[in-house]
Amino acid sequence: MSFAEIAPVAHHHPWPRRIVDAGYWRDIAGRLAAGEWGFLALWGDTGAVHLAFLEATTPATVSVATLPCPEGRFPSVAKALAVASRPERAIRDLFGLEPIGANDERHWLDHGRWPGGRPFAAPAPGDAEDAAGAAPGLPPYRFLDSTGPGLHQIPVGPVHAGIIEPGHFRFTCNGETIVRLEERLGYVHKGLDRLLAGSTIERAAKLAARISGDSTVAYSFAFALAVENALGVKAPPRAEWQRALMAELERLANHLGDIGAVCNDAAYAIMLAHCSSLREQVLRTAETAFGHRLMMDGIQPGGVAVELKKEGAAAVRGLIKVVRAQFPELVELYDNTASLADRTVATGRLDPALAAAFSAGGFVGRASGRSFDARRDLPYAPYDRLHFEVPVMTEGDVNARVWIRIKEVEQSLDLIEQILAGMPTGATTADLLGHIMSTCEGLAVVEGFRGDILASVRISADGTIERAYLRDPSWAQWPLLEAAIEGNIVADFPLCNKSFNCSYSGHDL
Amino acid sequence: MRRILFENAFSRALTEPAPNADDPELAELAGQLQHGIDRIFGGSLSIRQVDAGSCNGCELEIHALNNPYYDLERFGLKFVASPRHADVLLVTGPVTHNMREALERTYNATPAPKWVIAAGACAIDGGVFAGSYAVVGAVETVVPVAIRIPGCPPSPKTLIKGLLALMAAKAAA
Ligand code: SF4
Repeated sequence: MSFAEIAPVAHHHPWPRRIVDAGYWRDIAGRLAAGEWGFLALWGDTGAVHLAFLEATTPATVSVATLPCPEGRFPSVAKALAVASRPERAIRDLFGLEPIGANDERHWLDHGRWPGGRPFAAPAPGDAEDAAGAAPGLPPYRFLDSTGPGLHQIPVGPVHAGIIEPGHFRFTCNGETIVRLEERLGYVHKGLDRLLAGSTIERAAKLAARISGDSTVAYSFAFALAVENALGVKAPPRAEWQRALMAELERLANHLGDIGAVCNDAAYAIMLAHCSSLREQVLRTAETAFGHRLMMDGIQPGGVAVELKKEGAAAVRGLIKVVRAQFPELVELYDNTASLADRTVATGRLDPALAAAFSAGGFVGRASGRSFDARRDLPYAPYDRLHFEVPVMTEGDVNARVWIRIKEVEQSLDLIEQILAGMPTGATTADLLGHIMSTCEGLAVVEGFRGDILASVRISADGTIERAYLRDPSWAQWPLLEAAIEGNIVADFPLCNKSFNCSYSGHDL
Repeated sequence: MRRILFENAFSRALTEPAPNADDPELAELAGQLQHGIDRIFGGSLSIRQVDAGSCNGCELEIHALNNPYYDLERFGLKFVASPRHADVLLVTGPVTHNMREALERTYNATPAPKWVIAAGACAIDGGVFAGSYAVVGAVETVVPVAIRIPGCPPSPKTLIKGLLALMAAKAAA
C-alpha cells in the first residue's frame, strides 16, 4: 500500500493526515532527503510525532504523517535530512521522545534551566538525572570542534551589541575568515506550545499574535485559518480581503525597514534614514487604518477585529502614493552605489542546492532559486483572486536577498491597490462557537514576510486548544546562515545576518 | 545620490517636536519616580537594551526611536553597545529562564548609578506569557526596576516619555 492509499484520519482539514508506521515514516524521510518532496515541519505531540511535507503535485499538496511513539522513540528523520535536526532536538527537549539514529544528541531549547524539567512529559525513570538536575543540570553545551593551526574562537551573545534578539554565535576563525559559525538558540523560549495547550481559542489567538512581533499579522492569519479549517468555518469575504491588506502592509513595513538596515550594516546610513522613514509611515498608516502600529490582534479566528473605515482606506492609498514616489529613487541609489555593491555582491552566498535541500522559504529561498510562495502555491483567499509575481533569483548572495525584497515591495504595492479596489462589503466576523462539536484538526500555511508559516491546531470538543504548533520559516533559515557565512570575513557577519533576518522568538517558541 | 542629498538639504526635517513638560502621559510616567518634570532637556543617558525574552515587537518600536521622526539622540539619549557604558538598561520580555542569568550578568556589568526600565507588558508582569514553566516573569523579580513603560508594545512616543522622565529624575538626583 502506498502512503497515499492509507485512509486519512477524520476531521483533519483541509489536507489529509495519515497515521503511519515506522516503515512509512522512514520512506517519507527518504523521499524528502531525495528531494522528491519538500519538508514543511516536524513537531511533537504527547506520544506521537508529526511530519508535514509538500508533495510535488500540481497544484502542490500538503500531507501530514503521524507516527505514534508508544515506546517514546521514533526513527530520526534528521539522519537523512539535516533540516529536521533542530526540530528533533526540540521534540526531545519538550516531549521526551528520542529520535533513534540522530547524529546530534545535544539539547536544543532546554538549557537545563527550566525548574520543572520537560514540559510535556512526566520524567521517565531514565530521565531522572535530567529532570531533577535542571539548572545547573545539563553539562556545559558542547560546541562542534574545529581544529587546525591558527584557529581562534569568537563567542558572541546571547546579549548582542545592537537592539536585537538574544542568541549565541560561536565563530571559529582563521584570521579574519570565518571557518565555522555555530548558532546556539533557545534563549527566548517562552513555552508557547505548553501555554497554547488547554487555552481558549481567544487566548490562543493572543499568544499566536505574540510568537514573533514582526510577523504578528502573518501568525494571526495562519492561526485563524487553521482554526477555521478545523471547524469548517469560512471568514466572511470582507474579512479575508482585510486580512490580506494587513499582511501586505506588514510585508511592506518589514521589507522597507530591513532593506535600510542591511545597507546600514554596510555603513551606508542614508538608506537606513530614508527606508526607516518609509517604514514609520507604513506603521502610522496601519495605526490609522487598524488601530495598532503592528496591527497586533487585528486578525482573529472567524474574521478581523477592526473594521477598515473610509479614512483608513484613504490613508493606505496616500501611503502607496508616497512609497511609489520615493522608493524607486532609493532603489536607484542602492543599485548605483559601488561601495555598497562591493559589500553586498558575492557576500554570504547560499548555494541553491542547500536552499532546496532545506526547503528554505521566503526571500532566503527565493534568492537562491527556490520558487515557493504559499500565496501562489498553496493559495488561500483572497490571493487566489489577486495577480502578483513571485520574484526568484539564483545568485543567493546578500545582494540577491535585498533585490528579492525590493521586488516584493513593488509586488506588495500592486497587491494593496488590487485589494483596495476589490474589497467586498459585508460582515467581517463569522460565528465560531456554533461549530464546535467534536475534536477536530486544522492546518494552514500562510506567507509571512520572512517565509511560510505553518499552523496546526487540534481543538477539543469543549472548544479549547488541545495542541497547537506554529512553525516559523526560521527553522530552515537559521542553519543555512551557518552555511552561507563560511569563508566570509567576520566584519561581514552583521550584513549577512541582517540579510537573512531570521526570527529568534519565532524559532525558540 | 546627489539628487537625494540635494533634496535632503532643502527639505524640512521629519523630526517631530518633543512632548511638552505638562504632557499627562509624561507626568504619569514621571510620577513613578516620585519626581516631577520641570524641564525636558538637560543631561544625557546611555541606554543598553536587553531583550530578556520578548516577542521582538518591543524591539521594533525601540528601533523606531532612531528613525528620523523620533531621532532619539537629539535628547541626549543614546543606545550603547556595552553595559559598561550604560546608565540605563532598557529591558523587554517576560525574562525567560534561559535569559535570566544573561540579564543578571548584564545588570552586574553596568556601573552604578544605574536604572532599569521595564518596557512593555511582558517586562512589567510577564504579559501573556506569565505562568509558563519557561518564564520567570516580571523583570523586577530579577533586577530592581526604576520605571515601567506600559504597552504591547509601547509606542515610540510613550518610550520617549518614559526615557525623558528618567532623565529628569537623574538630573535631579
Ligand atoms: S509586550 Fe507585547 S510586544 Fe512587547 S514583548 Fe511582550 S508581547 Fe511582545
